[in-house]
Amino acid sequence: MDMDRNSLVEAYRRMRTIREFEDRLHKDFAGGEIPGFVHLYAGEEAVAVGLCSHLGDGDFITSTHRGHGHCIAKGVDTAGMMAEIYGKAPGSCNGKGGSMHIADVDKGMLGANGIVGGGPPLACGAALSAKKRGTDNVVICFFGDGASNQGTTLEGMNLAGVWKLPVVFVCENNGYAETTSYKYSVSGTDIAARARGFGMPSVAVDGLDFFAVAEAAGEAIARARRGEGPTFIEAQTYRYYGHFEGDSIAYRDREEEESFRSRDCLSRFRQTVTSQGLVEAADLDAIDGAVAAEIEQAVTDALSAPDPSLDSLTTDVYVDFPASQLWMFQDEPVRV
Amino acid sequence: MTTIELSQRTITYREAINEALDLEMARDDRVILFGEDVSGAPHSEEERHFDAWGGVLGVTKGLAGKHGRERVIDTPITESAFIGAGVGAAATGMRPVVELMFIGFMGVCLDQIINQAAKMRYMFGGKAKIPLVIRTMTGAGFRAAAQHSDSPYSTFCHFPGLKVVAPSNPADAKGLLAAAIRDDDPVIFCENKVLYDTPGPVPEGEYVVPLGEASVPREGDDVTIVAISRMVGVAHQAADSLASSGVNTEIVDLRSLAPLDTDTVLASIRKTGRLVVVDEDNPRCSVATDIAALAATQAMEYLAAPVKLVTAPHTPVPFSPVLEDAYVPTPERVMEAVRATLA
Repeated sequence: MDMDRNSLVEAYRRMRTIREFEDRLHKDFAGGEIPGFVHLYAGEEAVAVGLCSHLGDGDFITSTHRGHGHCIAKGVDTAGMMAEIYGKAPGSCNGKGGSMHIADVDKGMLGANGIVGGGPPLACGAALSAKKRGTDNVVICFFGDGASNQGTTLEGMNLAGVWKLPVVFVCENNGYAETTSYKYSVSGTDIAARARGFGMPSVAVDGLDFFAVAEAAGEAIARARRGEGPTFIEAQTYRYYGHFEGDSIAYRDREEEESFRSRDCLSRFRQTVTSQGLVEAADLDAIDGAVAAEIEQAVTDALSAPDPSLDSLTTDVYVDFPASQLWMFQDEPVRV
Repeated sequence: MTTIELSQRTITYREAINEALDLEMARDDRVILFGEDVSGAPHSEEERHFDAWGGVLGVTKGLAGKHGRERVIDTPITESAFIGAGVGAAATGMRPVVELMFIGFMGVCLDQIINQAAKMRYMFGGKAKIPLVIRTMTGAGFRAAAQHSDSPYSTFCHFPGLKVVAPSNPADAKGLLAAAIRDDDPVIFCENKVLYDTPGPVPEGEYVVPLGEASVPREGDDVTIVAISRMVGVAHQAADSLASSGVNTEIVDLRSLAPLDTDTVLASIRKTGRLVVVDEDNPRCSVATDIAALAATQAMEYLAAPVKLVTAPHTPVPFSPVLEDAYVPTPERVMEAVRATLA
């Protein structure tokens, strides 16, 4: 794996940021601070960052309902994300999307998606667009083992193959779709093998190993940029928390969780780069401190941020539409 | 109201749609077309095969030859993937026109339309726009039975974020499609396939009919008939017959179903005091019931008689010609409804 020190430091910073962000949400959700539902990415950091460390702002990603990690890996601002998750006006989506729809199109992040399997068709479209606009941009389509069973995922893989689109399909197999193990839900259990049926190269990698992910990603993305079409990567990983916060996780054993946690992607990354003398431990410690401060500030700012104005209830439904028809058949409520 | 000069050349509804696509593709290279068999024979590289089909009823024929297969792109039969690809391409700088062959096929790909295309702008706090047109065929009368013949455009009107258009004549088909392609929101463009061979005067060159504006192709004082798509023609037939017995009907052609031109509808109701709505869709939760609700909430005091609806029954479209003909609203049913409002 050929990465310079700056790239390694940046990769660590992003993985650390995801972990800190998600651990903090885990804590604050338990305290009842956060509205709605959050699906946390902790444990899977090496996948998002291993892929996105090869991307620029002109490249796109599609995501899942477990999308915070993808956002951070793609460079979305954590302050805007935190405010969004709290439903506040300065949020990335002005408080209208929340955790499950968090997005930043300017950063090439085409949205977390509340629909399992919602992303692959969108990824094909973004890739078609990249091609038609004459760029060498690529699209990373993240989805889970659950979505590997959705028709849209398989249709997206077929269309990407037919149109030779610059898409990298990344199945984050974290073991469970909600409570259901892929060993039950995926007929044949070999998700990577499915992609070969669509005529695209496909590999399964240890998703807890940043370097294994980054290497597979580098090859797949280079291939896509060369116009040689889609590639499939199954990243075998694990989510540390439940399907969503509040999940009692009664469907898996603590021994299993420990066996995955003992292979934690951040610890392994640190071990690898420090033992090989690529980055000093003190530098990584400094990142840990800076990231903790960044997330602390993001939470403080989110808590004190203003709520969206009630007028914004009916803005941005369309680019252009008669306002009176957003309260069809009635008078707009008068607010005092 | 659109004024059409009598000296204008006459082309069919199908040709008008093709012409709009051709002009918009020439005008803006971000406009691309894709769908099943929109070109035909995609396995062949030979130019003589480029327009082997041009869509199942030939609407896009000739466009691949003119604009190339880089811009007129055949898809596999994979509605979810290519409708979703339209959304993804629209969100990232293109202006795709995607063909969902028959509107009933929305059942295959509805998520990409209602959860992705429709909601994306709002979910993202206004930081995305989806300039996507989904062209699709509606309409009974082709003996094509239940899954290829219905007109459930009201389904799309229900979803915030979508615009819905249903032209009744060639000129509007051309002008509304141009407007839809230039619009920055996702538009469901409903073509009534029974109208494809209908000729009509159509302006040459650039011609745009703004979305959200109904037309009043016939003025009258006695009864308002609000009609959609092919039912505008049915309303005209009824109006002609009624005129001979001294009843002057006003016809409002909605053209756009979302947004709805409520001002034109209400102005007509206030003028005539009587309302008949003619819609080929099923009667429940429909554009017809929307118009009735509009009258009830905003023009009740002007109504001299109960609102009458003339729609298809609450059944799928049947196959047997006898039954299908009984399904679609007829001029006779419209005349009966008009007379009932005058009773």
